[in-house]
Order: sequence, then structure tokens, then C-alpha cells
Amino acid sequence: MQMLLDQPVLAAVLALGTLALIFGGVLGFASVRFKVEGDPIVEQLDSLLPQTQCGQCGYPGCRPYAEKIAEGDVINKCPPGGQATVDAIAQLLGVEAPTLDAGDAANAEVKRVAFIREDECIGCTKCIQACPMDAILGAAKQMHTVIAEECTGCDLCVEPCPVDCIDMVPIATTLATWHWQKPKPAGLIASDRDHQAA
Amino acid sequence: MSAPSMDTKPEQHVRKIYPIPGGVHPPQNKAQSTQTPLTEATLPKQVILPLSQHIGAAAVPMVEVGERVLTGQLVAQAKGVVSANVHATISGTVSAITDCVLPHPSGMSGPCIVIESDGLDEWQPLEPCEAYLEQDADTLLAKIRAAGIVGMGGAGFPAAVKLAARSPIQHLIINGTECEPYITADDMLMRSYPEAVIQGTLIMAKILGEPEDLVIGLEENKPEALAALRQAAEGTRVQVVSFPCQYPSGGEKQLIQRLTGKEVPSGALPASLGCVVQNVGTAYAAFRAVRFGEPLLSRVTTVVGEALEKSANVEVRLGTPVGELLSQFGYQAKKASRLIMGGPMMGFALTSDLIPVIKTSNCLIAPSRREMPANNPPAQACIRCGLCAESCPASLLPQQLYWYARSEDFDKLESHHLFDCIECGACSYVCPSNIPLVQYYRSAKGSIRQAREDKIKSDHSRQRFEFRQARLAKVEAEKEAKRLARQQAAEKAKQKLADNPPPAAAIPTAPAAVSEAGGADAIARLERAVESAQARVTTAQERYQEAVAEGSERAEQLLAKLKQAEVRANEAKQKLAAAQAEPSATPVETSDDPVAAAIARAQAKQAMNPAEKAKANVESLQKRLAKAREKLAEATQENSDKVEALQSGVEKLEQKLADAEQELAQTAGQLEPVLAAADDPAQAAIERAKAKAAAAATLSPTEKLTSQIESLQSRLAKAQTKLAEAQAAEADNQEALALGVSKLTEKLAQAQQVLAELEEQANP
Amino acid sequence: MSFIQHSSPHAHGSNSTQKVMLTVALATLPGLVAMVLFFGIGPLINVMLCVGFCVGFEALALALRKRPIGFYLRDYSALVTGVLLGLALPPYCPWWLLLVGAFFAIVVAKQLYGGLGFNPFNPAMVGYVVLLISFPVAMTQWAAPTGVGDHSLPGLAAALSQVFSGQGADGYSGATPLDAFKQAQGLTVDAIYEQPLFSAGHIAGAGWEWVNLGFLIGGLFLLWRGIFSWHAPAAMLLAISLLAFIFFDGSSESGGSPLLHLFSGATMLGAFFIVTDPVSSAVSKKGRLIYGAGIGALVYVIRTWGNYPDAVAFSVLLMNFAAPFIDYYTLPRTYGHTRPRRATEKADN
Repeated sequence: MQMLLDQPVLAAVLALGTLALIFGGVLGFASVRFKVEGDPIVEQLDSLLPQTQCGQCGYPGCRPYAEKIAEGDVINKCPPGGQATVDAIAQLLGVEAPTLDAGDAANAEVKRVAFIREDECIGCTKCIQACPMDAILGAAKQMHTVIAEECTGCDLCVEPCPVDCIDMVPIATTLATWHWQKPKPAGLIASDRDHQAA
Repeated sequence: MSAPSMDTKPEQHVRKIYPIPGGVHPPQNKAQSTQTPLTEATLPKQVILPLSQHIGAAAVPMVEVGERVLTGQLVAQAKGVVSANVHATISGTVSAITDCVLPHPSGMSGPCIVIESDGLDEWQPLEPCEAYLEQDADTLLAKIRAAGIVGMGGAGFPAAVKLAARSPIQHLIINGTECEPYITADDMLMRSYPEAVIQGTLIMAKILGEPEDLVIGLEENKPEALAALRQAAEGTRVQVVSFPCQYPSGGEKQLIQRLTGKEVPSGALPASLGCVVQNVGTAYAAFRAVRFGEPLLSRVTTVVGEALEKSANVEVRLGTPVGELLSQFGYQAKKASRLIMGGPMMGFALTSDLIPVIKTSNCLIAPSRREMPANNPPAQACIRCGLCAESCPASLLPQQLYWYARSEDFDKLESHHLFDCIECGACSYVCPSNIPLVQYYRSAKGSIRQAREDKIKSDHSRQRFEFRQARLAKVEAEKEAKRLARQQAAEKAKQKLADNPPPAAAIPTAPAAVSEAGGADAIARLERAVESAQARVTTAQERYQEAVAEGSERAEQLLAKLKQAEVRANEAKQKLAAAQAEPSATPVETSDDPVAAAIARAQAKQAMNPAEKAKANVESLQKRLAKAREKLAEATQENSDKVEALQSGVEKLEQKLADAEQELAQTAGQLEPVLAAADDPAQAAIERAKAKAAAAATLSPTEKLTSQIESLQSRLAKAQTKLAEAQAAEADNQEALALGVSKLTEKLAQAQQVLAELEEQANP
Repeated sequence: MSFIQHSSPHAHGSNSTQKVMLTVALATLPGLVAMVLFFGIGPLINVMLCVGFCVGFEALALALRKRPIGFYLRDYSALVTGVLLGLALPPYCPWWLLLVGAFFAIVVAKQLYGGLGFNPFNPAMVGYVVLLISFPVAMTQWAAPTGVGDHSLPGLAAALSQVFSGQGADGYSGATPLDAFKQAQGLTVDAIYEQPLFSAGHIAGAGWEWVNLGFLIGGLFLLWRGIFSWHAPAAMLLAISLLAFIFFDGSSESGGSPLLHLFSGATMLGAFFIVTDPVSSAVSKKGRLIYGAGIGALVYVIRTWGNYPDAVAFSVLLMNFAAPFIDYYTLPRTYGHTRPRRATEKADN
């Protein structure tokens, strides 16, 4: 003891070393014991994407895009998801939400499904091969048809069709899907009223 | 607290009334429509009967256009359990079954049956029942279900579904609260038909297994109705209680809280508390249905508002267009600011006056601009006054919900229990800044529901997509395995040719040539593979560059393809190098691991096949036969005395082999469809080749070769047509096919050469 | 008639923001009258100038923010801010003081945050505190009430010249009763009460008790009209009384009697007109109780042990900081749920 007191440097080193060991041990234990099993970021990103597999982002499917985002690609390349998806991803990644790529934004809001004009279909199966969802039914030389519930509206089948018989039809609002829209914000209403008065 | 044994009058007064939080006290405006007694509206000229006047599935039409129907006739049948029948409310002709504008806030159209009246009001015969309380619960329930009765208070939930509660019910609460301003339909109904309401209550109690607590709850602004009901309830165990006015105490959850002090757990049904709540109108309709066998054809509706000359309650046939009904009350469209179906707090504005009165239409308001403005005043900024929170009967924080709804923060909205909002409108009513809070909540609820559905759909889509990817990968792997299996089969066939030379020693050169060719062939093949792989790389590069030049979206994909091609080319080169280093190595050894694994898998799959067994059998037989022949040849040369025995042994073996081959052919034939489905024609091809080889063993070398050449020629022809097709279609497998053709050509040439040599030897 | 889609409810209560704001402004009248009676025309000049400045700044800020000016001015919130700021500032203070106060109240504390409803702090109190910190001398010169000292109330002309040119009799101002009580540590309570500042008054100093009574009456009127709930003001007054009761031992060394605290300084003005400002306070009833009590406690603490004679403004601003925190911990229990939610909780479903 006396020896340690005589050697303040040694004492300090010893004390600090001991503390370092103890705290290191505690931290190590904590990191093992309380390990957070987080979803890998790609999984989380993939679950936010709309899974249309449309490739409008430039990657073959939603998961590849999720992987690219994880590697640092921009997050506003998904028109089917719309601004809501961009916002959700931005929130997940903790970044500022950019606006959707211009031009895409206009079409983003309206949901569509593919519709085959069946009397024009020649049964070439090209659309069936293009469909990432297996949502088109048919066989060679037989008329094809779209299973509307499975169609994500990616419009990948439109281009391959040699007779151009596939339309992207907007999904109509039904009584079951209708809901009230958000009221216009206060300022707008006020100016609207001014317009009406004028 | 409720004692069923005490049905004396004082007990009715001692029932504890529990407080409910929040609430507002809007001006009642009930006096206008209670001045005159309940009357019947004139018979409509036309009725429009929506197939869905209730919560649940729409009913299915049972009549054709042009058909004559009688009053009370079933025109649309309930579909499924949660649904309700629809009956003709007048006699006449079905003029259309088409989409009409529905009484719905969206103003959208839906399928309706339109009946033109013949003015006769001719009824279908009804089945009255005097001793209805003696009947069993199921019969009563069936009558109520058949009558198409739904909750008449506004929600329109099929009454029979609620009455068929599975859990035991202690409280049957009949809702005569009618807390919304203007509406007096229930009030007038209770004043006019108190006995029917009480009897209806008893009928429903019977169906529910006689709950111990039967109570009719009214707000204290209906003293006449209270008195009438109390008088009618005399001698029954139905309690009639009144409590202070406080909108929205008539809400189902609020009424339960008022009368029992219990709260319906979030997301659960009142039945989970042992409570069933029915409207007085429903009780009345249930009585009519059971007592007189009368389906739900009309309802009491309040017609009120300053844009009318008179306000009153009428019993109106369902399906009567609103305009036709209003015209009987001196409706002045110019004075009205809007038309509201339901109350001013929770009703909806109509978008047309052709909209029919339906089972849930308890009120029609035609207000003047003084009563309700034509346009809602513009919303000002929220000053966080907290009046909304004070008025909320569900103890929500409307203000927070408003901020989150504005910013579409759905997570926060759900954690603030948005879905416990009953949309009673109290918060909007008190808001000094005129913020349309309820509309914000409705919109947010809709968006959240949609987001949930989208989420389900996107998960489903992901599954489908991943499944498709897996399937495509599998198909690709199988193709690859098939290709390799074919190669291997070819090698094996050659090997066999080399291992099992024909018995005649006269052709020593043939096997040697073949085996020599085998080694060289492997290297040549690999060289070609390298060439084609490189060709593929070049084309991929070209395509990629084109795509980049065009700025096409596919560039990335093509780049990936290019890389793949390069990897393959490298692999091919490595293989070639390996093969060149060890020219003696067998092709199987040179093949890399994944391929071998694929083959192993394919073989393992085949292991359990009968065809496999048969094939093995054939092979062993072939070996034994070959040995036997050798011995026979030796013996013949040595003129041994064993020749005969050997000869018979060889013959036996031949017989066995023939049998085995037949069996193999059969099993192969049987397996053909299975194999085809399992994508294994390659295996079949191998077997066929082997079978042929075995058969050839019994033939003379020349014959064997000739048949071999023939088969090669036919295969070559087939391969060439395939190649031509592929080239025409520019398919991806062109190169593989071309390779196949060249290989076949080579083989054919070899075979022909051997044949020529044999013939030379035979005919020197 | 037009068939337009309207979301229910179609009926609306008679309550409106304009009405609320005007009622609040109206309710300050008794207090203002009392002030004019005791301090002369000064408070009225203050109020009028402040209202003018505040409305002007509001219009300017709205114009710069490209918002409909008329629409937003009609909520009269700038008017109320002006009135409250005018009442809080010392009478006969120079006009530029009012201008600076109004600027900070309206432009900095309110419009820069997004206008009415978005300001985390009470605008009038922000203006007041900025002035108090920046111009302490001018801000602590309160006019002495009538009957104190030998001066009479200044006339309109004198008052105006005092406000606009700084010329005029300087003798109006003096210490407030709270100040006097705080500084007079050597004297006994009785001796303090014999001072002229207290001589006319019996409870909390000449004039001041009447002014506070005026604001109390106005506040009770607002309560009766249902403009705000009783929770925050009651909690604040209760907290002040309780602390004063605990710490007052009858000597001037301690903090002063509960009555002195209740009826002196800006207690009543604060309790009924500042603390009740809904925008910057806590939301739920329980939250408002905590919020009010916190303000009351801080007022007493700063008055007694702090450097400033009065502390309503500081206390209100400090509790404004705490309001979101209080809201977070006082969420009510929703119908059908067994326990109150936490704002950070995820939805269960």
C-alpha cells in the first residue's frame, strides 16, 4: 500500500486500468446480453416499398431497389408508392424527405390495373412472361386475362404486347373504398371564399 | 343493481344513472315536429329500393324487370348471415334493376330495384300470430330475420344478427334516447305505439334468453313518451328510465355507459359485456313482424326544417324518393340551404332529391340558411382552447388528433386511438375556429384503412413475386441440369461403346478410335464452350453499350447479364485449361462442383424410380451377357465341350435381358408423364439410349452401327429444325442448340467412318 | 339550394374565436377602470397604443407571409395581446417601449412561429419579458397610485407628452407594494403597512388591491361565460396562497401574507388573462391544474427569493416550456381502454 502511495503514477495507472477493465467488462456484457436483434435495413425498406415490382426505379423489382437504397441510392424513385412511401423511407432512414421525381408524381396517386381487351388478344403469352406477379392467366394461342386482385399496376405487360391490347385502367372508387377527403387547409379555404365573393 | 324480482314502480326511479364524459347541449329543435300526431305519408308513385340498406352484404334480387309484385313480397334476399331481406313496399311492376343514387355521404350510386306503383297497394297475404310470446326463440328470430329488420336508429345493423348473440346477455337496452337535435321519430313512435314497443322488447328478450335487465332509456326531454311507455310497461318487467339530456348519450357505447356504468372495451362488441342495444323503432318493427307477419315496409321519419311549410313525423313507405316526400310538406327548395338525411350532428347532406328513404332514414331536414349555412364557415387557426377535448364522449384528444390528421401521421393517430372516435361531431360543434374536425378524422380513418389494405396487398405481392423468382430459378437450374445430364449420357454411351466392344475382335480399331476421340472430343467441346461463352460476352457487351447509348432503363439489367456472361466465360476457360492439363481425365471429372451436385440431385431423385431399378438390372444383365459371350467365344475357339452349356447360358441371359429391357421400356413409358412433369425427359433419353445400346449389343457390329447412324441422323434432323426455329425466334438457347447440332454431326461422321471401316474389313 | 357534400355535423355551436377574444378583451374592463382610477390616464394610453401597434404588426406580418390579412385579423387575437401587454407595462412609459414590446409579442413570439395557435409562448409575456430584461429602469418605474405622495394624476396633455417626448413630471413613479415589501427588510410588517404606499390600502397596498379585484371580477365573468375552465387559474391562486401561508411568519423577513400576494402585482391579471391563454398552456384538465399550480409556485418563489419584485411573466414563460411535457404525462384514458395511453406508444393493432 505504502509502495503505491509512493508511486502516484503507478497508482493512477493501476486505478485507471482497473476501472477500464471493469467498465469494459460491463459494456461487453451489456452488448451481448442486451443485443438488439433489429431487422436488417433492407428488410425494413423492402416492407415499405409497394411491391409492384414494376422496375420504374431502374432496378428489377422492389427488393433490389431496397438493397440499392441501403447502399445509398436516392429514395424518390418509386412512383407507385407515391410521396407517402418516400416519406416513410425518409423517416426510417432519418433523412429529409425529397419530393417524388417530377413527372412521376402526377401519375402516382391514381392506382391502376392492367386490362386485356380480350377479343384483340392473340395469345402470344408475352405479357404472361413479363408479369412479375403471375397475375395474367392464359396459354399459348389462348386468350389471356388479368387477375385484377393480383395486379399491382406495374404496367410491365403493356410494352411487350405485340397487338397493344392491354390498357391500364384506373381502379374505380366503390362504396366500400370511398372515404372522406381531408378538408382543405385554412388559408386556402379563406382565399377560396374570397374568390367566391369576388 | 338491477333486481328482476322487483318490478314495482318505485324501482324504476331508483335505477342508477351513470355519468358520461364530455358531450354537448345543442339547441333541441324538437318542438317543431311534435305538434301534430303521427300520420301516414301518401302512397308513393314509385319506390327505389337499394339492395343495401344495411351494414353487411347487399341483398340479391329475386324478381325480374317487368314482374308484378305485391306489397310485402320479397324482392331481394339476404346474402349470407350479415345481410337483410328487401321487400316490395308497394304493389306494382318492377320497372328497373339498376344503379341509382344512394342515401350515402359519398353521393355514389348502387344497385336498386325500382317499382312503379299501380296505386292499388295490394298486399301479399300475411301470417299473423296471436300467441307470439309462446313461440320458441328460434321461430321468433326467423320471423325477424325474414322481415328484413335492421337497426332503425341509423347504423342499420341487421337486427337478427345482434339478437343471435352467442354470449349470454344480461342487459337488453332499448334505445329511445334520440339525443340528436331535430329528430323526434322515436319520440312520436313511443307516444303513438307504446304497447307495441313494450311487446317488441319482450319478444327480443325472449329471443335473447330472457336477460335479467330489460330497460328502455329515454332522455328527459320526452315526458309524454316516458309516461306512455311506463303505462304500457305496467305489469311487465320492462323498466323505463329517463336521464338528463347530453348529446351523444344515445350512442350505443354511451347508452351502455349511462345505464350500466360499463365501458365497451375498445374493438369489442357490446355483447362481450352481456349487453344488446336495440332502437325503439327496431322493437316496434320486430313486434309488427312477429304479431302480424309484416315485413319492414315503412318507418317513422321526421320531416322538419324552416324550408318546409309544416314539420311533422310521418310513417313513410321505404323507397319513397325524398323529393316526393318533401313536396307533401310544402318544401321550398329556394329557401333550403341543404338537405340532410339523419340528424344535424351525424346525418349526411344529400346530393339529389331522388334519393329514397331507407330503413335507417330517421329524419329529413330541410334547413333554411338561418338554421344551417349553405357553406360551412371557413376554418380558422386552432387556438388550442381544449373545448373539443372537454366535449369528447370518448375522452380522446381531438386537438392532437387534428394535428396528426393534418400531417397524416398515421402511427400517432392510431396510438391516440383514432379508431375509438364515434364521429359524433361534438368536437366540431364546439370548435370556436370552425375546424371540420370530424372530416379530418373520417379522412384519416379512411386513409389508414386503405394503407392497411395496401400493406396486406403488398405483402401478398411480395410473396407472389418471390415465389415466381424461385420458380424461374428452379426452371433455370433444371434446364442446366438437363443439359449436363444429356452431355453425361452421351459420354456414358461412348464409354460403354469403348468398354463393351462388340464380341467380334475383327474391329479393334473402332473402340480405340472412339476412346481417342473421347479425350480429344472433351477438349474440343470445352473449346467450343469457351468460344460460345466469349461470343455471348461480346454480344452482351454490344447490347449493353447500345442500351447505354440510348439511355435505356434496361442498361443496369444488361450490365448484370454481361457480368454473368463474363463469369461463365471464365469458368469455361478454366475448365478448358483443366481439361488440357489432364487430357485423360473424364468429362465428368472436369465438370465443376455445382453441376456435379445438380446431377447427383437428379440421380438421387431418380433413385426411387422403378425405371432406375430396371435400368440397373438391364445394365448388370448386359455385363453378364457380354462376359458370357466372351467365354462362349473362347470356348468355341478352343472347341471346348462347354460350348453348348455356354450357348444355352447366353441364350438365357439374352432372354432375361430382353425381358428386363421390356420392363424398362414399360416403366419408362409409365413414367413418361411423370417425368415430363418432373422435367426429366433427359433421363428418359438416357434410358432410351442405353436400351438401344443394349439392344445393339445383340446385333452385329455393322447392323448396330447402321441403326446408330440412323438414329443419329434423325436426331440431327430434329436438332437442326430446333436450331432453325430458335434462330428464327432469336431465342437464348440458340448457341446451345448449335452446339448440339455440331456435336451430332461429328458423332454421325465418326459413326459413318467406323461403319465404312467395318464394311471395308468385311468386304476386302 | 345546392347539393354539396358536407361532412357532419351540420349544426355548429355559437362559439367562435372572435367571440372568445372579444369577450376576453371586454373582461379586462373592470381592471382597466380600476387602473385608470388609481394611476390616471396612463394605462389607457398604454392599452390603446399597444393595441394599435400589435394590430399593425400583425397585419404587416400577415402581408409578408402572404396570408389573407382581413381573415386573420378578424380573430382579434392581436387585439387581446395588445390589451394584455398594455395593461402589463408601466403607465406613462415611453412609446417606443410599447412599440418594441408589441414587435416582440406579435412578430417574434407569434407570427414567426406560424401565427395564432402555433406559438409555444404567450406573446404578451414574451414582449413584456424582453422589455423587462432590456430596459430594467424604465420597466420598474410604476406610477404611484393616487393618494400616495404629494402629486396629483397627470392630465391628458401631460400624460401624452410624457409618453411621446419623455417631457413631464417625473414624480409619478415609485415602488410597487411588492417592491416595498421586499426592500423593507428592516421594518416590521406594521411599519411597512404604515407607509404611504399601503396607508390607503388595507390588504395589498393602495390601488393595487382594487386593480386586482377588478381583474378578479373580469375573470369570474369569463369563467361564467365558459371561456375557459377553472382549473389553471384556481390552481395558480391556490398554489400562491398555500406557499404564502406556509412561509409567512408575520415578519417582513418572510414572504408577505397570502392576501398581499393574491391582491398585489399582476396576480389576478395573470391568473385570469395570462395563465388561461389556451394556445400556450397545457391541454387536459389535469394538465391545466399542474400548469397553473406550477405558475403559482414559481411566482411565489421568484417574488420571495428572486431578484424581481413580480414574476408572473417569468413564471408563465417557464411553464409554457413545460406545457408539452405536462401534456405528455396527463393524457386522459380513452373510452373502452383500461389505462391512459402514452404518446410514444405504438398502436396495439
